[in-house]
Amino acid sequence: MRSWRRGARAVAEPLLECLEVSHTYRRGTPFEATALQGVTVRIVAGQIVAIIGPTGSGKSTLIQHFNGLLRPSSGVVRVNGMDLWAAGADRRRARQQIGLVFQFPEYQLFEETVRRDVAYGPRNLGLDEVAVAERVDEALRQVGLDPHRFGERSPFTLSGGEMRRVALAGVLAMRPQALVLDEPTAGLDPRARRELLDRIEAWHRQGITIVLVTHNMDEAARLAGHVIVMHEGRVVLQGAPAEVFGREADLRAIGLDLPLAARLVRELRRRGLAVGDALTMTQARRAILTALRGRDHGV
Amino acid sequence: MGFSGLTIGQYLPGGSILHRLDPRTKIIGVTGLVVMLFFVPSFAGLGGFAALVLALFAVARISPAYALRGIRPLIVLLVFTALLNTFFAPVADGHVLFRFGPLMATMEGLRTGLFVAARLILLVVVTSLMTFTTSPVELTDGLERLLRPFQRLGVPGHELAMMTTIALRFIPTLLEETDKIMKAQMARGAEFDRGGVLARARAFVPVLVPLMVSAFRRSEDLALAMEARCYRGGAGRTRMNELRWQAADVVAFLVMGAAAAAVVWVRR
Repeated sequence: MRSWRRGARAVAEPLLECLEVSHTYRRGTPFEATALQGVTVRIVAGQIVAIIGPTGSGKSTLIQHFNGLLRPSSGVVRVNGMDLWAAGADRRRARQQIGLVFQFPEYQLFEETVRRDVAYGPRNLGLDEVAVAERVDEALRQVGLDPHRFGERSPFTLSGGEMRRVALAGVLAMRPQALVLDEPTAGLDPRARRELLDRIEAWHRQGITIVLVTHNMDEAARLAGHVIVMHEGRVVLQGAPAEVFGREADLRAIGLDLPLAARLVRELRRRGLAVGDALTMTQARRAILTALRGRDHGV
Repeated sequence: MGFSGLTIGQYLPGGSILHRLDPRTKIIGVTGLVVMLFFVPSFAGLGGFAALVLALFAVARISPAYALRGIRPLIVLLVFTALLNTFFAPVADGHVLFRFGPLMATMEGLRTGLFVAARLILLVVVTSLMTFTTSPVELTDGLERLLRPFQRLGVPGHELAMMTTIALRFIPTLLEETDKIMKAQMARGAEFDRGGVLARARAFVPVLVPLMVSAFRRSEDLALAMEARCYRGGAGRTRMNELRWQAADVVAFLVMGAAAAAVVWVRR
């Protein structure tokens, strides 16, 4: 919350904006399918934005427009003010600025060693070997892998969680301004999940704008300062987490739920404890303790 | 990017008479039509053949334009074939159109070239009619049933059909996977459409390695899933949908017979 407000004041022009973007797959065939309809979103530098929505709501299609991997059927996508589909637009630059990490990114690893795999992106940027090596070491440290211990190993001998971190390092090594993560915690065990969320927050503190695609409401509530809700290819709701998660009925209607903490305080309230609102477990704990203290003192 | 332009081998679900024909009829029918195509002697004959194919498309309620889109990837091959025939047709003393160094284009050669190209187009269109109207499962069912008499000769009909089904089933999956991996590497600055042939081939290594890894993983998963459901080959296996000849199949064979008779008559 705090950070995006700060960012919004500092930067007038959004880092990324989609204006009235629509996308139809397999246009002109019997399999035509409209995935996006008139989607307008703005991502301001310094934010953590969560994009939530049920499966098939167009989240993954939308983020592939962010760095020009998909061309909108209609509408405009701008990165740092540059129209990605104007004649002569440098989409490679946009791909460096907006680092996109797909779901299960560990399936994109291909090199013989971790170091060479992470170096793939920086090499494609045309950097010299010294700069590449420097970025690889930095990126590996950012994901919590010791370059000396892991650098020369084959990525295919690592555990699933480690492979995912190598893949993340591969995108971080491009030094993007924004990191777009599609379900980054899918398939991770609880501890790896927690560690990754901590890391995402750390990258944000280092100045990287974060866009998080998720259908885990707890992750969205914990990290995001701005939440975008998608349903059937449209943005149906967006705003601060407190605002968005205040619309329980609307969320339930499209198959989404409230964060666990919000459900907990609601249930307690239903059972007669006068407890305040909460979106994260930390907030819930504080609200419940306050409520209990109030009750014990007979206030 | 992507492979959305690919229409060959695609199934277009529908309820037309052609969709409901026994797959065996369609396999035999298309094989018959392909054989006939190679016996059609003249441009006029090809015209008649094209008319029949157009009529079949109308019956199937599929736009022939959609089938023609399937030809796009073959344009290079078609042009190459036509040129090859134009210059190297075995004509002793044809009417020379023009010379290109030691090469000589003759009127007859050009005719042959165009004829062969037209025949190839019809070949693709007619076979795509079968895949448009028959789901892969039906297709392999029909194939398995047709191969049954040869089982005694040691032809593993069931295994062939099962392998084909699996292969067909995974084509879209692997194409999707390829698309996804390409995009993931493009997000890391990869470019697949720049540089010479060698550079382009090298650019595909970061796609092919993950693709192979995932194909092996998928095949292991599939083998496990099949064993978990007690798959042990074709012996004693019953099926949910038994194939039965219908009246429409008889009609289809009559149409085929008429077409074959026409070809024989034209060649007489």
